[in-house]
Amino acid sequence: MTDLSDSLSSDAGSGPRSHWQDVWDQFKVHRGALFGAAFFILILLAAAFGPMLWDLDPQYIDIRARNSGPTLAHPLGTDQLGRDTLARIMAGGRASLAVGITAMLLSLVLGTLIGVISGYIKWLDGLLMRFTDLFLALPLLPLLLVIILLFRDVLRAQFGPEAGIFVLVVFVIGITSWMQTARIVRGDVLSLKEREFVLAARSIGTPWHRIIRRHILPNVLSPIMVSATLGIANAIITESALSFLGLGFPSDFPTWGRLLYDSTDYLQQYPARVFWPGMAISLTVLSVNYMGDGLRDALDPRIRGR
Amino acid sequence: MFHYTIRRLLVAIPTLLFISLILFLLLDFAPGDPTAQLPLTIPPEVKEKIRQSLGLGEKIHIRYLLWMKQFFVNEPLHLVSELTGWSVAGDSQRVLSWQTRSPVVDIVAQRMPQTLWVVGLSYLFGVLVALPIGIVSAYRQYSWFDQVGTFVSMVGFSVPTFFTGVLLIVVFSVQLGWFPSIYDTTHRVTDWSSFVVQVKQMAMPVAVLGLYNAAQISRFMRASMLDNLNQDYVRTARAKGLTERIVLLVHVLRNSMIPVVTVIALGVPTVFGGAIITEQVFKVNGLGHMLITAIQANDIPTIQTLTFLFAVLIVLFNLIADVLYGILDPRIRYD
Repeated sequence: MTDLSDSLSSDAGSGPRSHWQDVWDQFKVHRGALFGAAFFILILLAAAFGPMLWDLDPQYIDIRARNSGPTLAHPLGTDQLGRDTLARIMAGGRASLAVGITAMLLSLVLGTLIGVISGYIKWLDGLLMRFTDLFLALPLLPLLLVIILLFRDVLRAQFGPEAGIFVLVVFVIGITSWMQTARIVRGDVLSLKEREFVLAARSIGTPWHRIIRRHILPNVLSPIMVSATLGIANAIITESALSFLGLGFPSDFPTWGRLLYDSTDYLQQYPARVFWPGMAISLTVLSVNYMGDGLRDALDPRIRGR
Repeated sequence: MFHYTIRRLLVAIPTLLFISLILFLLLDFAPGDPTAQLPLTIPPEVKEKIRQSLGLGEKIHIRYLLWMKQFFVNEPLHLVSELTGWSVAGDSQRVLSWQTRSPVVDIVAQRMPQTLWVVGLSYLFGVLVALPIGIVSAYRQYSWFDQVGTFVSMVGFSVPTFFTGVLLIVVFSVQLGWFPSIYDTTHRVTDWSSFVVQVKQMAMPVAVLGLYNAAQISRFMRASMLDNLNQDYVRTARAKGLTERIVLLVHVLRNSMIPVVTVIALGVPTVFGGAIITEQVFKVNGLGHMLITAIQANDIPTIQTLTFLFAVLIVLFNLIADVLYGILDPRIRYD
């Protein structure tokens, strides 16, 4: 009995197939995407559990072992204060990925909210879309730098030096990167709300919030997921750019951008030191971008058929 | 076409005004006091007078209007009188930097050429590299050239400029010693050997920014070519017996250039933003470097002017992109 149902479901085209199964089948075909996803999960695991396995304190200063090259005790060497590079890169990865993922979530929530509202409520549409256009016309990087300069000290006093900067960086990246998501979501909501199933739901008296939750949101999930991957990449790059310009996290709180920035001072003597944080940023962003590429192909029904 | 352009222009003006208001309010509501750095020996009533003289006692809308007058009336007048020698500006108030006490616009004019050279050349370089790569990879889709091109553009797109810049410095200035790692702005080109020095010092910043731009534009070019290659008019052109060269370079290329040209125009302001980082890496003292030093020194008028200039660039190139789109694609004009 089990054999029969197994052979039925594995036989392509015979049994009913779920949407996500189709997506996964298409995603598997894109080798770069599969590799990117695997690598990104590896980086996430390394940042999450790495510090438990390699339990050197990234802040521990061992001044006698400073500027050492790769040894058994320090596989990636140490910095000018004798802090272990491997431990610092893993701690930096935690910070960078946490910033990237939280900022992405914030920008997705904002973008989806504005997109759904302006697609669903007609009289707010014009206003919200002008607002979006306006945000797209802002000079983002200069503005980010200015906001961080202006509000750094207040938030530091409020939440402490590290948490304050974390809140600030996540907040500014989030509120400056929601526009593309909002535009895409709005377009999709506009066409979805004219469809028969939404009309049917409305005609049996479904309240508007349930229509949005049950019928609209699940259908705009695909573009949101693609924006999510691009959002992580964008947020990680922006955070490291800010740290690189010296306006991100403080020096004793390692992030990948901060590590790169600190290492550039020793570029002449120890060029290998800039390599690891830079590689970490680049490979993470590359894998996320490949993942997004594959996801976009997999979620696009026009491509999936082929 | 004329009406279309005028309409776009009229939309741009309120956008710019609104952006200037946002910038003004942001800088105004921010904590921090311009007189906080003054010595504590200054008595409070004198300090209050200094605040008054800086215009800080006025209501916020008055200050915004005054700033607008300074920026949109006085500065252009000064520019005119400097260019023509007429004294139209008189001794009206200019926007002064708090760092140097000299007019911000003058410093901007000094810093502009370096940025324009580096950014302009790198963008040109990027576009020139990207277009052929995009065309060939679309025409030979899934060939090894396309695979390699896609991978390289993916890498160029993902690796941040501050890492490529630092890597290039490690390889070409520290290890090989071919190029200087610091851009010398005081260098003057007078003869051939000084020209070579100039080319050498520009090579790395231009390469870094150019690669980044090339990666993005070649992806767009490829996608746009692919959209057109399967269309009916291409089949018609082939059926008429036109050579592949003409089909590709005349029929397909012209149509695929429409979105790419607008993407190129829209990318210009972003490149200026990206140049902030590249200038920091190579120590080019252009506009981006000026912004960073102003931010570190809390020099509000300079920050305000520069951010607004970047905003003007964005709005201007959005306008150019819109108008170009209208010229290239007649369907857009009649909405």
